[in-house]
Amino acid sequence: MRLNLTINGERREDDIDPRTLLVHYLREVAGLTGTHVGCETSLCGACTVHLNGAAVKSCTILAVQAEGAEITTIEGLARGGEMHPLQEGFWEEHGLQCGYCTPGMIMTAADLLAHNPDPSEAEIREALEGNLCRCTGYQHIVNAVRSAARKMRERKAA
Amino acid sequence: MSQRVTVNLGIPEAPREVTVVIPDDEPIPWQLGDHFAIVGAETPRVDGPAKATGAARYTYDIALPGMLYGAIVRSPYPRAHVKNVDLTRAMRIPGVRAALTITDGEIRFAGQEVAAVAAISSDIAADALARIKVDYEPLPFVVEMDAASADGAPSVFSGSNVGKPQISNHGDVERALAAAQYRIEATYTTPVQTHVSLETHGAVAHFDGGALTVWCSTQGVFTVRDDLAVLFNLPPDKVRVITDYLGGGFGSKFGASPEIVIAARLAKESGAPVKLMLPRGDEHLATGNRPNAEQKVRFGADASGKLVAIDLVQRGSGGIGAGSGSAGPFKMVYPCPNVRTEERNVYTNAGPSSPMRAPGWPQGAFALEMAMDEMARKLKLDRLEFRRRNNSNPVRAIELELGARAFGWPEKSAAPKSSGPIRRGIGVACAAWHAVGASGPEALAIAYRDGRVEIRCGTQDIGTGTRTALAIVAAEELGLPIAQISAEIGDTRYPFSLPSGGSMSSPSNTPAIRQAAAHLKAKLFKIAAPALGAEPSDLEARDGAIRVRFDPARRVAFKDVCRRIPGDSISAGGERIPNYAAYRPDQAGCQFAEVEVDTETGVARVLRVVAVHDAGTMIDPLTSRSQINGGVLMGIGYALFETRRMDPQIGLMVNPTMDDYKLVGPLDVPQIDVMFLNVFNGGTNTGVLGIGEVAHVASAAAVACAVSDAIGAPIRALPMTPDRILAALEHA
Repeated sequence: MRLNLTINGERREDDIDPRTLLVHYLREVAGLTGTHVGCETSLCGACTVHLNGAAVKSCTILAVQAEGAEITTIEGLARGGEMHPLQEGFWEEHGLQCGYCTPGMIMTAADLLAHNPDPSEAEIREALEGNLCRCTGYQHIVNAVRSAARKMRERKAA
Repeated sequence: MSQRVTVNLGIPEAPREVTVVIPDDEPIPWQLGDHFAIVGAETPRVDGPAKATGAARYTYDIALPGMLYGAIVRSPYPRAHVKNVDLTRAMRIPGVRAALTITDGEIRFAGQEVAAVAAISSDIAADALARIKVDYEPLPFVVEMDAASADGAPSVFSGSNVGKPQISNHGDVERALAAAQYRIEATYTTPVQTHVSLETHGAVAHFDGGALTVWCSTQGVFTVRDDLAVLFNLPPDKVRVITDYLGGGFGSKFGASPEIVIAARLAKESGAPVKLMLPRGDEHLATGNRPNAEQKVRFGADASGKLVAIDLVQRGSGGIGAGSGSAGPFKMVYPCPNVRTEERNVYTNAGPSSPMRAPGWPQGAFALEMAMDEMARKLKLDRLEFRRRNNSNPVRAIELELGARAFGWPEKSAAPKSSGPIRRGIGVACAAWHAVGASGPEALAIAYRDGRVEIRCGTQDIGTGTRTALAIVAAEELGLPIAQISAEIGDTRYPFSLPSGGSMSSPSNTPAIRQAAAHLKAKLFKIAAPALGAEPSDLEARDGAIRVRFDPARRVAFKDVCRRIPGDSISAGGERIPNYAAYRPDQAGCQFAEVEVDTETGVARVLRVVAVHDAGTMIDPLTSRSQINGGVLMGIGYALFETRRMDPQIGLMVNPTMDDYKLVGPLDVPQIDVMFLNVFNGGTNTGVLGIGEVAHVASAAAVACAVSDAIGAPIRALPMTPDRILAALEHA
């Protein structure tokens, strides 16, 4: 069936099998492989994207449920060749090791910072509870989100 | 030609001069007093932007034109005879391009590969799996160690399920125990733990013109290449294996494992590229695990608080796999004149074990350190003091003091215990490992006319930061900023390297990189020397320039030297020579943990961990700290949550999901303080030691000791789940 939606600001129209999951549509049809598959059951959060501005796990949403929606993936977070402060934060604060969970972590954190520009460490951990990482120990991830939040507040103030 | 050099190794508090005879072209080992431009500074990862923007391509992300999707039928029975596999109905589904029988004999564990298909989409492949008809004859099975060890138990292979004991004997343990003034005896058990790498196992395989190219999620591109070359009867140069980015492995991704071979067989059968990534559930069943263990420990100690006898009788089951031994820590952490260890594999109808982060050590360290606590209590000695008295490693001696101070051990151990429902406890545990690396790896360093430098080495970055470590070492040797270096790894077209395991990657590869960079530098010095009016031997590479050592104002920019390269580039090779004399043959570490136990619910929470380690020459504290954090995290999971639960009645794992197999989440992590001792270890030109495993050895043990301390009674089984804690409280 036909699917119309906007991904990272670009309108798309594709013919898809109705049972196609959003994550498979994004990766296999739209070619955006930064959205990862970790558990297929909404537990690990590696597949997190934004659907109309809210973080969702794309492995348990049918692509057709995104009809008419605006989707943002990790590839759409950087603007004009410049990394998003969260992407810089995860790099500079070493919030990543193997990097497989990273895009999902960043997309969840972006949702948090949109609602709460100055989250405490506990609020960050609470927000990221649906994203699992097996490598880093989370501490550097929390540091990365704090660093990005600071940077975003400073930019807004400037 | 060789050179004899004396280097000043170790730590400032305990330095030692070591004389080594090394080849002329081997750089002099980094030593105490050396000044570094980038080694030891906090360098963010070279692959950070690729990973943070989604540009990094994992095996899961590879897509080729005309690619098919593979899927595997697995046995639902723990033991069975496969009488017939009927693929015809699956082949009739439009879009199915290949179907294969994988096993037509005996099934030995639930989850074993039976058949496989390749189709034009993953959904159609899943449809096809459902149409494959397998005729099983279920057979008696056994999934638990006790049942497997009993007389008349069903044989997992043939004969007894209990393997021959591996015995190591030093001194006379029985006599020492009989004479010992203090004795303890206890039995400790640990569960099966699975790796749960975020990226599942899998491959994309493509036959083209008699050559096989495989992208796969592996810790060893060359071992996969060699395995596939044998299996498909191809010369090794006709097999290319690529692992650009890998979503975790932890020891479970070595060699051509079944899903890689099946992907290649399906590609051959269908004549099209095939991608086969495992679903999450299969990961728990079939791709490896840390075996469980039952460890019977006896200690003897004298009145001065010294261990005089250590005895371990252990058995463990890695399902149909071996390698369940856990004696390492008993032999390597605390010196003792009489040590006897006996290890046995017990085979059961469960998925095969595979190496997992410090194989055998976290389970051994748990039993060892719990027994240390039990003995310290018997001796009425402070538990830290008991460890001090039984430590002979000068590096660990310092680490214990640093850690104790940062943790506040004296204050915390003197604090009165709460009489309320929430109780706090503390624990300390020691780690050891032997990540000195090995010879074998080669490297190539290439300078281009535009000033870029590329280093190539066929190692792989399993998430630990190998790519970054290699780039730092090359940048240091060539006096360049790291942005000017590109590290190309993860491809069998690059110079040979070893699998990434045993914390061997950094100690094995960095010396080859440094040698290659030094050889490249020597060639560039020859180009630069005439312009500087100096001999090549008088030059050094620093701050992006090549300059005269005794007159640094006479310099030429590195880029300007590169412009004089005839042709497009100049390259030099480097070789990892065998280890020579080092400061120490091993490395030490210790971790302190504080926990809080709710005695009404039985829930334990880790509040704080202090981890003190040495990584040999410190290359990058930022990535090293992250490695230690990760080791601690996995240890907390092992101590409190993780366990593969088997139903003995049906022989199946009942929790093969990320929901039911509980992992540590962001809220379960305490404050972790990591401290490093920079030990110039020598032994190679970099003196780097790997830390992936030593980071994890003591973590669960420290937490377990702290939980036991909190409730005032030892809990001798992992994981320390609320039911176990409540049961122990009843007996406390």
